[in-house]
Amino acid sequence: MLVTTLILGLVLGGTYALLALGLTLQYGISRIMNLAYGEFTLVSAFALVALFKGAGVPPLLAIVLIAPLGYAVGWILYAVMMRPLVARAGDAGRLDVASILATFGLMFLIQGGLLVTFGADFTSITYLDQGVNVLGVPVALNRLIAFAICVVAGGGLVLALGRTRWGLALRAVAQTPGSAPLVGIDVNRVARQGFALGTALAAIAGASIAMHQTFSATDGVVFTMKALVIVIMGGVGNVAGTLIAGLALGLVETFVATAIDPGLTLAATFAIFLVVLLWRPQGLFGRR
Amino acid sequence: MKIALSLAALVALALAPFGVSDYGLGLLIGAVTYVTLASGWAVFSGHTRYVSLATVAFYGTGAYTVAVLNEAMPYWLVLIVAGLIGAAIALVVGLSTLRLAGVYFVIFTFGLSELVRQLITWYEVNVTGTLGRYIFLDVSAREIYWQMLALGAATIALTAWIQRHRLGLALRVIGDDEVVAAHSGIPLARTKLTAFVLSATILTLAGAIASPRWVYVEPSIVFNPTVSFLTVIMALLGGANRLWGPVLGAVPLFLAFEWLSARFPDTYPIFLGLLFILVVFALPDGILAGLERLKTRKTEDRA
Amino acid sequence: MTLLAIDHVTKRFGGLTAVNELSFTLAQGEVVGLLGPNGSGKTTLVNLISGDLAADGGRITLAGETLTGRRPDQVARAGVARTFQLVRILPSLSLTENVMIPAVFGAKSHWGAEARAVARDALERVGLAGRAETSAGALTYIDQKRLELARALAAEPRLLLLDEWLAGLNPTELAEGIALIRSLSESGITILIVEHIMEAVRALCSRVVVMNSGRLIADEATETALRDPHVIAAYLGEGTDA
Repeated sequence: MLVTTLILGLVLGGTYALLALGLTLQYGISRIMNLAYGEFTLVSAFALVALFKGAGVPPLLAIVLIAPLGYAVGWILYAVMMRPLVARAGDAGRLDVASILATFGLMFLIQGGLLVTFGADFTSITYLDQGVNVLGVPVALNRLIAFAICVVAGGGLVLALGRTRWGLALRAVAQTPGSAPLVGIDVNRVARQGFALGTALAAIAGASIAMHQTFSATDGVVFTMKALVIVIMGGVGNVAGTLIAGLALGLVETFVATAIDPGLTLAATFAIFLVVLLWRPQGLFGRR
Repeated sequence: MKIALSLAALVALALAPFGVSDYGLGLLIGAVTYVTLASGWAVFSGHTRYVSLATVAFYGTGAYTVAVLNEAMPYWLVLIVAGLIGAAIALVVGLSTLRLAGVYFVIFTFGLSELVRQLITWYEVNVTGTLGRYIFLDVSAREIYWQMLALGAATIALTAWIQRHRLGLALRVIGDDEVVAAHSGIPLARTKLTAFVLSATILTLAGAIASPRWVYVEPSIVFNPTVSFLTVIMALLGGANRLWGPVLGAVPLFLAFEWLSARFPDTYPIFLGLLFILVVFALPDGILAGLERLKTRKTEDRA
Repeated sequence: MTLLAIDHVTKRFGGLTAVNELSFTLAQGEVVGLLGPNGSGKTTLVNLISGDLAADGGRITLAGETLTGRRPDQVARAGVARTFQLVRILPSLSLTENVMIPAVFGAKSHWGAEARAVARDALERVGLAGRAETSAGALTYIDQKRLELARALAAEPRLLLLDEWLAGLNPTELAEGIALIRSLSESGITILIVEHIMEAVRALCSRVVVMNSGRLIADEATETALRDPHVIAAYLGEGTDA
């Protein structure tokens, strides 16, 4: 029982961690609070389903195709829509408000587009859903693959940020956007890369969710909220913290669903979220 | 002069139900409700720049209070109780959150609305065993309209009063620079809390007054987060820090949304999204500020 | 008569003790310079007095009334006004409105015409009365500094804390600034000045207190202090601009 909860919780948490990685980069590095984030993942999820059902593209190949597209879309979106907001805002508080409102509009726009194109029905695909025995617990193979993608993407990101010159520039901008230009960093370029990379990760997360989960065009808000909860728990811009917080949230939800009441999982998520915000707004692993 | 004009408009609006169809009256109620919500929201958020997405948490609480209590006590008492509950929630929430800055406050208020909705849903399903509730109240559409109009007028009068008094100046200074505010002797927490509680009470009352219109109430209807976002965009479109800004934003947007959602039920969210983006990019300080800028530019051109 | 008393005040940030068991007093009407190399704890001390930071130990009193443990707005209403190292004005408001704020919310709670009169007086004292209705964002740097000072004056303070108010001024403006501070002192306000410009310290302060690494290393007449080997060593150790 406990082992089952633990394993299912970690597998679910892996998906959550992957979901939150892109958002923490977008807010941590580019300073854009992207409320349309969940819609980005949905677009990718629908794209995967369309590629699979329409053209017979295997999902794992589809992810490889979708991720660079996500990067390109994020790049363009930052240049066209976010950059003017950053230039106009002046201080961080005003940018927060402006980006929240603008991306909220974007959220409606994408949601409307999805509803018109795909309708309001739930969608899913059947792909690699045979059970695999993990320490005596049967887990669907597609969920394990999603978990593996999370480990690869998250681990790769931690290494890239920690060990490369490029990662150093990203971290410098995340910490002190004001003084990064003094050491020759083009803040605008780094912010654009951060946003694009975040969008690519959102696309990967959406695609891997589509492999094992049923979803509909109105699910974006739930994805955004879960990602936000994790980002704030892990500390904005803190990749390792985000991974841990994502796994923790998966465990908590699985535990609440199995031991208390499945109807309370979402409430538990929000309750944890509000407590963390009040108690440690800098994140569980951040320093004040 | 301005006051006389406002009063004349109020009288005209109060007489309006006698000249319109049921559909027209429904539109009037909707428009006045959003005017009240946007103006009530601006009481706190207009000057302080703390963007609250908790509007629907209070609005829904008001509606739910009526749904739960409408058979237990007289209607006027239910309204008072609803207002008090709203104020009490705002006090607790305000005390714990007003030190959160910027995006954290926005997200907290949004999360709060969702938490309230989830908890009430769970409570209704598991404890009372029913998701929805019926409101059988002998309140006609006209009476709802008059009550909402009175609340809306009171909100605007309150805003006018605040803007002329110390509270208004204090809120403006807090919105511009909290450090300067504190060093000028403004008690930050008390000032913000006062405005937040006033605003929340208005929003809760609006929900309570509007509730008999629904007849059937369930959490996903009265805690619909779109209400919070519409309120924000309406207030911002008109100009959240001006007396008549929220009115100017709420009426056209409400009518536009009504028309769009009836005419293009499928593509309606796309229009809504485009409108949102348009407001943020083209009129960041609202219509009124935009008009003023245009006016000064013209005078400068002439000079 | 003692106006401000700092009594064994300590402030730690994690492992760093920024202000360490510091004690000194300011008499009513005095103008005292607070000196020390960068990072010696001067601004921390100013923030402790104004209520921006809470002390970890010790007591600060104003005319016998305890300030420690109070919020900035309470300290302000008790009669302490300050300026900031980086100028803080409200650019969207007019000069009069900027200066009115402490008159309205300060100890005296003026309102309406009365508050405007206080604001006008304060603007006149710093030489900005002629531009009372322009918006503050349009001012030059020196005028923004003047405005900030006028706002501090409108609080009708007993104690004025000037945190490097003279920094960044050209020689002419510096002379004007010194004259302005002197005129305030002559009107009876007690002033604590954090300053790196020794010319200004010599001209304004009869006495200075000197800090190094959070401790008080001198509290003596200005001329004596500036020849004091301890003080010189503290500054030279920093490789200073003093």
